[in-house]
Amino acid sequence: MSDRISALPGAASSGSIRVEEAGLQGMVTIRGDLGDKGVSDALKKVVGLTVPEKGQRGAGDGMALLWMSPDELMLTAAHSEAPDLVTKLGDALSGHHHLVCNVSDARAVFRLTGEGAAIRDALAKLTPADLRPSALPVGMVRRTRLAQVAAAVWFEDEGTATVVCFRSVAAYVFGLLANASKPGAEVGYFR
Amino acid sequence: MSHRLSTGGRLIDRSERRSFRFNGKTMTGFAGDTLAAALLGSGQTLVGRSFKYHRPRGIVTSGGEEPNALMNLGTAKTFEPNARATTTELFDGLTAESQNHWPSLEFDVGEINAKLSRFLPAGFYYKTFLWPRAFWKHVYEPVIRASAGLGKAPRHRDADHYEYMHVTTDVLVVGGGIAGLTAAKAAAVSGAEVMLVEQTANWGGRAPVDGAVIDGQPAEDWVAATVAELEAMPNVRLRTRAMGAGVYDHGYSLVYERLTDHAPDPSRPRHRLWKVRAGRIVTATGSIERPLSFAGNDLPGVMLAAAVRDYVVNYGVAPGKRTVVVTNNDDGYRTALALKEAGLEVPVVLDARKQATGPLADAAREAGIRVAAGRGIAKVTGKGKVEVVHICDQAGAGAVVEEVRADCVAMSGGWSPVVHLWSHCGGKLTWDDENACFRPDPDRAPTGADGTPFVAAAGAANGAVTTAEVLADAWAAGGGSGEAPKADAEDRQPMMPVWAMPAQAPYALRAKSWLDFQNDVKVTDVELAAREGFQSVEHTKRYTTLGMATDQGKLSNINGLAVLARELGEDIPAVGTTTFRPPYTPISMGAIGGEARGELFQPVRRTPIHDWHEENGAHWEPVGHWRRPYAFPKEGESTHDAVTREVRATRERVGLLDASTLGKLIVKGPDAGRFLDMLYTNMMSTLPVGKCRYGLMCTENGFLTDDGVVARLSDDAWLCHTTTGGADRIHAHMEEWLQTEWWDWKVYVANVTEQYAQVAVVGPKAREVLQALGGDMDLSKEALPFMQWAEGRIGDFDARVFRISFSGELSYEVAVPASQGRAFWDALLDAGRKHSITPYGTEALHVMRAEKGFIMIGDETDGTVIPQDLGLNWAISKKKEDYLGKRAQERDHMTDPLRWKLVGLETLDGSVIPDGAYAAEEGLNLNGQRKTEGRVTSTYYSPTLDRGIAMGLVERGPDRMGEVIDFPLIGGGSVKAKIVSPVFYDPDGEKQNV
Amino acid sequence: MLILDCPYCGIACDETELSPGGEAHLTRFGPGSSEDEFEGYLFMRENPRGVHFERWRHAHGCGKWFHAARDTMTMEVFGTYPAQTTEPPAELRKTISEKRPGWSWRDFS
Repeated sequence: MSDRISALPGAASSGSIRVEEAGLQGMVTIRGDLGDKGVSDALKKVVGLTVPEKGQRGAGDGMALLWMSPDELMLTAAHSEAPDLVTKLGDALSGHHHLVCNVSDARAVFRLTGEGAAIRDALAKLTPADLRPSALPVGMVRRTRLAQVAAAVWFEDEGTATVVCFRSVAAYVFGLLANASKPGAEVGYFR
Repeated sequence: MSHRLSTGGRLIDRSERRSFRFNGKTMTGFAGDTLAAALLGSGQTLVGRSFKYHRPRGIVTSGGEEPNALMNLGTAKTFEPNARATTTELFDGLTAESQNHWPSLEFDVGEINAKLSRFLPAGFYYKTFLWPRAFWKHVYEPVIRASAGLGKAPRHRDADHYEYMHVTTDVLVVGGGIAGLTAAKAAAVSGAEVMLVEQTANWGGRAPVDGAVIDGQPAEDWVAATVAELEAMPNVRLRTRAMGAGVYDHGYSLVYERLTDHAPDPSRPRHRLWKVRAGRIVTATGSIERPLSFAGNDLPGVMLAAAVRDYVVNYGVAPGKRTVVVTNNDDGYRTALALKEAGLEVPVVLDARKQATGPLADAAREAGIRVAAGRGIAKVTGKGKVEVVHICDQAGAGAVVEEVRADCVAMSGGWSPVVHLWSHCGGKLTWDDENACFRPDPDRAPTGADGTPFVAAAGAANGAVTTAEVLADAWAAGGGSGEAPKADAEDRQPMMPVWAMPAQAPYALRAKSWLDFQNDVKVTDVELAAREGFQSVEHTKRYTTLGMATDQGKLSNINGLAVLARELGEDIPAVGTTTFRPPYTPISMGAIGGEARGELFQPVRRTPIHDWHEENGAHWEPVGHWRRPYAFPKEGESTHDAVTREVRATRERVGLLDASTLGKLIVKGPDAGRFLDMLYTNMMSTLPVGKCRYGLMCTENGFLTDDGVVARLSDDAWLCHTTTGGADRIHAHMEEWLQTEWWDWKVYVANVTEQYAQVAVVGPKAREVLQALGGDMDLSKEALPFMQWAEGRIGDFDARVFRISFSGELSYEVAVPASQGRAFWDALLDAGRKHSITPYGTEALHVMRAEKGFIMIGDETDGTVIPQDLGLNWAISKKKEDYLGKRAQERDHMTDPLRWKLVGLETLDGSVIPDGAYAAEEGLNLNGQRKTEGRVTSTYYSPTLDRGIAMGLVERGPDRMGEVIDFPLIGGGSVKAKIVSPVFYDPDGEKQNV
Repeated sequence: MLILDCPYCGIACDETELSPGGEAHLTRFGPGSSEDEFEGYLFMRENPRGVHFERWRHAHGCGKWFHAARDTMTMEVFGTYPAQTTEPPAELRKTISEKRPGWSWRDFS
């Protein structure tokens, strides 16, 4: 296998929080009727996870299902497993109207770590989304924009957040996050 | 001469000296000073020149409403014009220059305008510069432009950086005076999340200066205790140096935080623009004192009475040694008392009211201050500063009864609630007769998404006057239950509206009575406007420029419209106010731009191969947000030469194009074929699996919007390629029709544009290069013919290979996962070395497609072109009953035989027609311009044909083959070109089909 | 600067997360339609002072189109609902009638 590289290998910055490009991440877009028991059973069979509630992320052993829209989920897994999962999901859903595709390489992933409040402060500079812990608790996925580009944000725990954006704008998004968290730009709004 | 008092100054730290420069002269002040306080403390009363007459001007206020003390601050990369000295905190090394004078502040040539003032009345510009017409461009406009504006425009790039902050909160309280603190506390104790912002560096507002007593404590102590209490509450956020700048729909509000203006630090953001979403907004923005309109009220040394008090109490600075107080309300006495207590002279308090009674007037008398009731100022005179105050009866016509020497006049014309934020989003005002001011009408508040009011005004901003009234009002506005903070009731005497001083002032006095200090609008200017027929306050504002300066009329508006009302014989409320628009005071352009500058100005989209292009000297072309290599000039090579080399190499051997930016949309489902038949003008449902077909997409207007090759992936899935700029737009277009029109069709769309790096391997040696990489794919003509695709492995790479060509050559477009894109590109370069494989850019792509007569969306189309104009009828299905745009293409105008249609253009002399050239025909149109009969859409030097080639849209073009038409050139002359077929190269397509 | 609730994902969306789509509940006219019908479909739009129905897409979010009923004067939002319908839901029309008695918009009231 040839060298596979993520969008911004090794990019990292340390300021009020730590921002790191998370490397290659497997991602599969799944579109189908999420309310159809046949669909959810097929998903459960392949990935071992139930369809998450609206706006939620359900994590399992190395994999997670994220609610993207009423007829769309995102499956995250190891990068190398994505092609196989696409095949298995396609087979399992063959009786249902669906679309499954590998989008692992279409995205860039950033991991934000540090004080939860500092992570929220940094993100709040970039997105109009309500970032209060009550509005974006651990377990919820928020699709929004970061400055001028689309992104999805969620917290794995209070001190760890993930940002996903399109691969082509990885440098822009990294620049945004590093700038928003650079020393001297602390806000101290969230607690 | 220092005006710094030996004691007092609650906001300054006398142990911390601060040195600064004003007009090149070094001065000192103290930590905690504003620049205005430090200037006054240094005896600098003259701080600027007015806009029109260049009159000498001094500091009038102590806050954001300041009209005169505008400075050029900083130098070079930190330079900023029009900064108010009253809101600029002093720091060591601050540099300020006064504005609008030449050659110096003290001696200004422009002062001649003042002598000409009777020739520069309201509407002067409108009246004078109408004729002769030619003068406008060459005389009037240059002169006006040269003299317009107060500060200088910055000439350097701003060294500072800025950012936004978006927050959502239950309650936003604007204003950190006692009203804001009270409202915030009221909201906070009820459990709400509260954000409280104060524009200055200090909490408490006016109350500590005014000597208020709250809950038995001096205001200063109460403020400190309340701030401490709020700071300890987990649901309250407090920010100073943060101004509520604007209120917008649905609880949206802008707060302008100045982080480093008081302590420059290039490592920190200078300003932060908060975008606050609040469930409720409380505007506790206080009130602004009004000037009085008497002759000479613009002389340096004439100040608002409360501002005089602020400088004495807050900064230990005496604006004057001997101050005449003139007032129409009780508050003026507080200034007289403060001055007296500081050991300064107050020769007289002129109270325009017939009787000067009540506790404050009594206290003044007890302090030994002379009080003259029923008196006003006829005029103030002095050379560039206050010297003599000429006293008259307020009721009279200005007969002088007494002259008093003074160096300062403290004036109070009553108070206007700051209703700006209340008004920004539709809050209405009501006229308060008792206090002669507009205040928020609680029955007509701004309403939010749920239709209920979301803004409440509190305290002085709501028309409350006494401390007790302010506290009760603010507690209610904050939604508090339980005990509100308390203050004793005051025995307040009614104020008396004074719109002219004296009441019967003759023309000569009114012509020296300023309303708008910054824009030099006088009482007589507004009167003239009214006489000339201006009735609307908005029109009068624009005609006279009253309230149009950077201070937006914070001091002048009410006085001005009172004059207008009197002239029109109307009541003030009938005349109404001008519109209050955000921001409350000017905010920096940097803050508005936020983080979006430099590298972060705009997202630049990069392909997986971007770094290689950068390392290899790509000359970039922006396409949408993408950067694509335009060409790869080698050292010593011009861009044009590079393009020529790239085209020849590709046509003769093999070229390599990064085509990753092409849009790739998967369309899948039982109804996908039917859906694509509606989207494309031709048939996609009949495309066999494994094959490719070129397709056109139109909008419902019939106009061509995108094109690209569609590949059928499986029985129920298609892959649609879009243009580089079109991927997101066409994806959205598809979703729109699926979701809002054909929602019962079973189709899913996924945008996989960025999942793949796509490389076009183009030229006679393309197959050899790919075969050299090995793998399991048969790329022969037989196994993979033109317009088919296949999947497999090329070398180590997972590849999807399309036999499609945008150049007319043998061409393979190969898609590999983006993570393998760079490695694939490198492998191709290696494999192609023996054929001198040549990466090429978008310009070579353009030249080659133009040689082939292929259209380009955005060149041959501009949103008014239908496929039929481009000779693309072969790609429009005749069999389909319907597709998007079909009905529109049946309209008369679309079937008009005179439409301009696509042809090739061959210059007779072989030259290249300039981009955008129009073909002219004989005769003139109705506007007296040459008639046109066509235009160039693409024009290039063709290295293959070694001549200029072009495509263009020409009236009845395809019917006029061989005709020569004329393209006039800018600067004279013209190029003649013959109408030919747009396919200049390999018309039978033999080269691509090998 | 509006906030509209996306009826699909339940998020209170900032206006900058949305794309506007103009008037709601248009009827498409294709080939075979008269000039007047086609002109009406393509060009003629309501521009009311007051109750209005319009289309929005949760572009920086779930990507779904929805409809919003809004007062163009006061910015009051009466409700949002999925786009897969040819007319405003009865419940919403009732709500609007309570707040704006006598309202009408095109053929709806």
